[in-house]
Amino acid sequence: MATATTLGYDDLPALLRRLAGDEKHDWSALSTLDVLWVLFARVLGEEDRFFLSKGHGPMAFYAVAAAKGHIPLGALDGFGSFGSMLGYHPDATLVPVAGVGSGSLGHGLPIAVGSALAGRRVFCLVGDGELDEGSNWEAVQYAGRVGLDRLRAVVVDNRSSTYHWPGGIAARFELEGWTSATVDGRDHDALEAALTAASDTAHVVVAEVAR
Amino acid sequence: MTMRERFYDLARQALERDERVAVVTAEIGTDAIGPHARHFNVGIREQLMIGVAAGLALEGYRPVAHSYTPFLVERPYEQVKLDLGHQGLGAVLVSTGASYDAARAGRTHQAPEDVAALAALPGWTIHVPGHPDEVERLFARALATDDRVYIRLTEEENVARVDGDGVVVLRRGSADAPFVLAVGPTLSETLKATADLDATVAYTATVRPLDGDTLRAEAGGDVVLVEPYLAGTSTAEVAAALFDRPTRICSLGVPLAEFRRYGAPAEHRAAHGLDAAGIRSSIERFLATRRRGG
Repeated sequence: MATATTLGYDDLPALLRRLAGDEKHDWSALSTLDVLWVLFARVLGEEDRFFLSKGHGPMAFYAVAAAKGHIPLGALDGFGSFGSMLGYHPDATLVPVAGVGSGSLGHGLPIAVGSALAGRRVFCLVGDGELDEGSNWEAVQYAGRVGLDRLRAVVVDNRSSTYHWPGGIAARFELEGWTSATVDGRDHDALEAALTAASDTAHVVVAEVAR
Repeated sequence: MTMRERFYDLARQALERDERVAVVTAEIGTDAIGPHARHFNVGIREQLMIGVAAGLALEGYRPVAHSYTPFLVERPYEQVKLDLGHQGLGAVLVSTGASYDAARAGRTHQAPEDVAALAALPGWTIHVPGHPDEVERLFARALATDDRVYIRLTEEENVARVDGDGVVVLRRGSADAPFVLAVGPTLSETLKATADLDATVAYTATVRPLDGDTLRAEAGGDVVLVEPYLAGTSTAEVAAALFDRPTRICSLGVPLAEFRRYGAPAEHRAAHGLDAAGIRSSIERFLATRRRGG
């Protein structure tokens, strides 16, 4: 997963500017920026797999992936164009580092369960709005009940779910047998600690980000 | 032994013999296949079943997912489309409970749309075996690839298996005789229906891809297509294969309608015109129409 680091966190704004277009979900892209940076710069190992389940607003993902050498910097300029490998929702056959082709919500976590059952350590990024989709909960329930300790979910919580999650997102995962950590989604050290915390079951990090 | 029982034995054997094989179930068939380190029962969670199959495929396994037809094909249809197809991953989906097998259970347990629905997605190989021995051959072949393969199991079965791949001609009529293609478990009734008819009768257990080469070599003029699921599911495939000659196609199968009846599968088969009498009657009407048309 890791490749030679080519650019740093401070270079991301310039990369995001290169992606500028009429992408309407720009706030969403930014909500995931720090989580993605910490994952790619500090957490993911050679043997790990990453799944971008929340494919909406993928600019932050493309910027981080480009900064870390997973996609060519030049690809950022054609974002969304006919010949581009980068669309408004990623296609994992074109951009393998995305893990899954997403855009339709609620698909990444179930696939991540399969990957983890095969023995892989997997990190799956989902959004709090995405959790509205029931398919996520099939995965959450099963992974928790069987204690799937190779599975790590990161929920970027920017309060975008219309009906919210009374009682909190973490509590719902914990009820299903997960361990959890809820952290400031902009705090790199806190994110790293939470993402790499020891757990003997499936583990969720809820990264809170102001909308 | 039914197709379903044969499949459970085959799945168990595959788990034992081939370390690439993984089986994913959602309560249905779980106990019959039995416990194994690579058999994952995800509970009554069919979307997860397909997602898990995709994740296993991503890690190099050859996943086999199994459930009752509507819960395997229709409930997780977007997972089938995206988690497998869009990701470029393969799996073997094996259904049980075809078309009106669950006549007494009602519409919720019936999915005669299964083949048409999967055929609307790119890259699926679709097998419709008519005998348990054919299940064994087709399942073994599916495991040997990384393709997306659907195997439709049913409680109806032909009196004997048919060997050979693609479209197999079983008997030939005169030059102008209709070409009757029986798909999977419709063969025995089709043979009864055409026993004293001047017709070429052929069989296929594979409808995607449909064997166009054999159709082109053997068929033209009047074609009768007998499918055990939604009528017309393969009509366009037949038409495409015979595009260069005048052809009329009579498509028999389960009608596109909400059929609010319970009862026995045989009663449904007869009501849909898929028993020997119904097939014979449809063929006679079809041929008579030709004669009227001059």
